[in-house]
Amino acid sequence: MTRVAAGAAAALCLSTAVVLHASQGARYPAPVIDRPDLLYVRSGPAMKRAALGYDGFLADVYWIRALQHFGGERTAPPDHVRNYALLYPLLDLTTTLDPNFNIAYRFGSIYLGEPYPGGPGRPDLAVALLRKGIAAQPHKWQYMQDLGFVYYWHLQDYKTAAAWFQKASEVPGAPSWLRPLAAVTLAEGGHRGASRTIFEQLAQSEDAWLRDSAQRRLRQLDTMDVIDGLQARVNAYARAHPGEPVTWQRLVASGALPGVPVDSSGTPFIITSAGRVTIARESGLFPLPGQDPENPS
Amino acid sequence: MTAALSVAGAVFRESVRDRIFYNLVLFAVLLVGASIVIGQLTAGQDVKIIKDLGLSATSVFGLFISIFVGINIVSKEVERRSVYPLLAKPIRRSEFIIGKYVGLLLTLLMNILVMTVALYSVLFWLKRGVPENIQGAWDAPAMDPALLKAIGLIYVDLALVTALAVLFSTYSSPMLSAVFTVCLYVVGQFNEDLKRLDQIVGAPAAGIIGKACYYVLPDFAKFDVKLAVVHGVTVSGGYMLWTTAYAAAYIAALLFGACVIFSRRDFK
Repeated sequence: MTRVAAGAAAALCLSTAVVLHASQGARYPAPVIDRPDLLYVRSGPAMKRAALGYDGFLADVYWIRALQHFGGERTAPPDHVRNYALLYPLLDLTTTLDPNFNIAYRFGSIYLGEPYPGGPGRPDLAVALLRKGIAAQPHKWQYMQDLGFVYYWHLQDYKTAAAWFQKASEVPGAPSWLRPLAAVTLAEGGHRGASRTIFEQLAQSEDAWLRDSAQRRLRQLDTMDVIDGLQARVNAYARAHPGEPVTWQRLVASGALPGVPVDSSGTPFIITSAGRVTIARESGLFPLPGQDPENPS
Repeated sequence: MTAALSVAGAVFRESVRDRIFYNLVLFAVLLVGASIVIGQLTAGQDVKIIKDLGLSATSVFGLFISIFVGINIVSKEVERRSVYPLLAKPIRRSEFIIGKYVGLLLTLLMNILVMTVALYSVLFWLKRGVPENIQGAWDAPAMDPALLKAIGLIYVDLALVTALAVLFSTYSSPMLSAVFTVCLYVVGQFNEDLKRLDQIVGAPAAGIIGKACYYVLPDFAKFDVKLAVVHGVTVSGGYMLWTTAYAAAYIAALLFGACVIFSRRDFK
């Protein structure tokens, strides 16, 4: 066989493989297996030893895996049962391999606490991760501020939140607004004004993801204000029309509202059978603080 | 000394002929490719990750060259019997070993210099257009000169690995030399554990052996300041000097050993 003939045969075989590969997807797609991700090594210290000095690079790999896991579960199709079981182990491995990986602690604290189905709904793990960060870097007031935030927002423990804000304010180099924040949290914990103060500060962060998260919280607070206004109109309508079911269509027809109200994510608000106004499960702002993700109504 | 330099030059030219520098292409593709896709995957950590990746790749690629070229550097000459005419010339065996070692160090130096330029170029490209306030939130600036400290110690680390490989290459087969060098490199990463072996095992004798190994075996973990540099943690000049002096002393000991073994070898 000549060299040209062999080359032509190789090109032909490769073209055939490419055609078969390209056309297989439509005719014979590979079976889809919806199974949870696997994590073979869960021990951070063991992985650190196995890293042989490349722990920084391995931490990056686990960090990317944590992001992929969280993002993959969060944006999975509705029929997929969301399972964030690997989020904490992945973040734990990341921060053991690289104890100074700031974003991993701060990312973790926000998303571990995020209620299901938007996150695992595990503020206890968020606290554990941030405490690990504080143990590794006791001068990081940002972790203390985030810890205060977790106690404030997810655990509604305003006294502990205020204590962490206070502790953060005492770290050299901490911003001056942390001290009044501690006082406001202690005095008005749970009030929307205090919450707004916290998130307005976080929304000025240099980290885009932290800014986005704070802006989402601010939109949630705005939505809660809107719900209060809508609830007043629904209550007024119910008082004026006893025995009648309250719907947006009836309120619009009566002139109480110009149209069916939608939240800032563009999803219509809902009125529950008990006459309470809330946001729908499909809303980008779901769930609001205090709203049960399993039973939004 | 001139003879040693001639051998070193020959080793460098042979590296070029053996296409060792092709690894630089792979390094460049890896770094540029990663810098393009990494921004989508890392939630704003692209500069940190490119630094980690660049430093790790510099170390890994260098390690492969150190071990796989180093273990063959003497044994190949013996196998090919090209050592006979060479040693018949007015060249001392120690000059031959030192020349081989320096030649490989030159190859590694060239490799690391190009990788350093590539890493800084990619970091410069990544930082372009990023607002000052966001750059201010990074642990260390993108074009941080302190990266050179980590790269410098990677080079020192590779010089020590190369010396080990050359030592084993003077009396052992390439396969065994590779095994010995890799084993010592791995053990050298756990040196701190050897120091505390008595606490782990709970036997005083093990503690004594562990401590002896801790002092005698090369401590490769010393040369790893990659994480510290990436996070902007200061690596003092004193630390750099002390660690380099430690490596220099160790390398000198290994090369003396290699020269003694090689000078005693019978090539009849």
